[in-house]
Amino acid sequence: MTARAVKLRRGWRPGSVPLLVGGILTALLVGIALTSLVWTPADPARMRILQKLKAPLVSGLLGTDQLGRDVASMLMRGAFNSLTTAFAAVGLGAVLGTLAGVAAAANHTLDAVLMRICDALFALPPILSAIMLGALLGPGALTAIVAIGVFMIPVFARVSRGAAMQIWARDYIMAARMAGKGTARITLEHVLPNISAQVIVQVTIQLAMAILTEAGLSFLGLGLPPPAPTWGRMLAEAQTYLLQAPHLALAPGLAIAAAVLGLNLLGDGLAARLDPRRRQAT
Amino acid sequence: MTGPLLAIENLTRDYVLRAKGGATRSLRAVDGVSLAVEAGSIFAVVGESGCGKSTLARIVMALDRPTGGTVRLGGDDLFALSPKALARKRRDVQMVFQDPYGSLNPRHSVGRIVAEPLHLLDDAPKGRDRTALVVRALEDVGLPAHAAERYPHEFSGGQRQRIAIARALITNPKLVVADEAVSALDLSIQAQILRLILSLRDRHGLTVLFITHNIGVVDEIADRVGVMQAGRLVETGTVREVLDHPREDYTRTLLAAEPTLAGLGQRRRRA
Repeated sequence: MTARAVKLRRGWRPGSVPLLVGGILTALLVGIALTSLVWTPADPARMRILQKLKAPLVSGLLGTDQLGRDVASMLMRGAFNSLTTAFAAVGLGAVLGTLAGVAAAANHTLDAVLMRICDALFALPPILSAIMLGALLGPGALTAIVAIGVFMIPVFARVSRGAAMQIWARDYIMAARMAGKGTARITLEHVLPNISAQVIVQVTIQLAMAILTEAGLSFLGLGLPPPAPTWGRMLAEAQTYLLQAPHLALAPGLAIAAAVLGLNLLGDGLAARLDPRRRQAT
Repeated sequence: MTGPLLAIENLTRDYVLRAKGGATRSLRAVDGVSLAVEAGSIFAVVGESGCGKSTLARIVMALDRPTGGTVRLGGDDLFALSPKALARKRRDVQMVFQDPYGSLNPRHSVGRIVAEPLHLLDDAPKGRDRTALVVRALEDVGLPAHAAERYPHEFSGGQRQRIAIARALITNPKLVVADEAVSALDLSIQAQILRLILSLRDRHGLTVLFITHNIGVVDEIADRVGVMQAGRLVETGTVREVLDHPREDYTRTLLAAEPTLAGLGQRRRRA
């Protein structure tokens, strides 16, 4: 870890620009989300009907919505709500998917079974399935997390299976087998540490996907229930006032775009930095 | 113990290839190979790629099962042992691989890599004793003690191969299988590693099954040599017999294909 820290200070390397820009955007996003827990300019749920639909800077930094709530405060708390849902969903997908992937790479029979299950999951349309899940479980954080997370399982399973299969072909795996180590132990000691880079890159990219899908689900009313502000519902409510108060749509829209862009750039930069093939080129 | 340390009798390994439409075809990778390696000697198996020498190595390591024949190590048939007895036997035979970049886990410290085969020992030393054992193994192959805390990428190819040898030696094996162990190294580094293997043989009475495609290396290191062609051992004998008076055309072809540096004065030095 120290060796890598030293290397990071050695000037521009592949992925430096996306890594820096993505890192700053993501840090801002996380910072704003965390700040919203202890401080927002106003209570994001407080309605002041007399102050409704004010333009940015007239009332508050980003104006107010149709119920007179402070848009900047809603945006901040919305960042937290989006991020926690996205993190939980990606966590679910990454843990189960990576487990399935390394198990598939280690065992032929499991491989056939797990990969067919993944194919089946891939065949289901996520948004439609989320609507179905919403009908089943009722709208809420859990619905959104499960709906988004389940569809990430096959993504992580495929990425980790491919990476793990490459690791299984290495001579150090054979050395570990000669040291009498079993499949589970080799997976834990040799395979997982060596595929962690690819999984982390995938986590970053899938976080962007999750934020986008979460916004989509709350836009359709399947996310966190009101009064908790979410970017998706802010967009949905802004539609009616698009001509009167375009800032109501612009604020969450730009926030979603910036969050997705930042996480994608971060993932791209990390991929360039961590991918051994791209790293060797330098 | 009487008899050779490693005795391979009539070893055969078939691979079943599945063709289109469910038809199967079998490929005989190792075909009736018999050889014996005396304790404390270095036996080289030489042949071109695809001749079955690596399959032979995998079977001797009990990483693969033969279709027919026996492999006896210290008198015990490896494939007649119970899984438990085989696991216990593994400490007696370790392996050095061709590519020192692929054979060391980049995420593990050198100390952890070298200590890995200790997993085979029921009474594996812990803590300070374990560190001492690792340091001794590293010093045995000419690496400093502090190498244990570093990571493979900090070492050159030759140093990495020394780490791989230290790992192979830590359980005090009776037999080390070296599968093309110097083929990936520069010539000058090859010579260093070969000298190291010879000195380890002299110091520890190590027995080595040395697998290579390079007949020049055989001359440097081996006592006896077996020439392998298409899965068969076509000629066996002492290095002098085989290299100076080859009986088989195939051996002569291999010898003729070996590039020589006239006047280097290195070859035939063991004659």
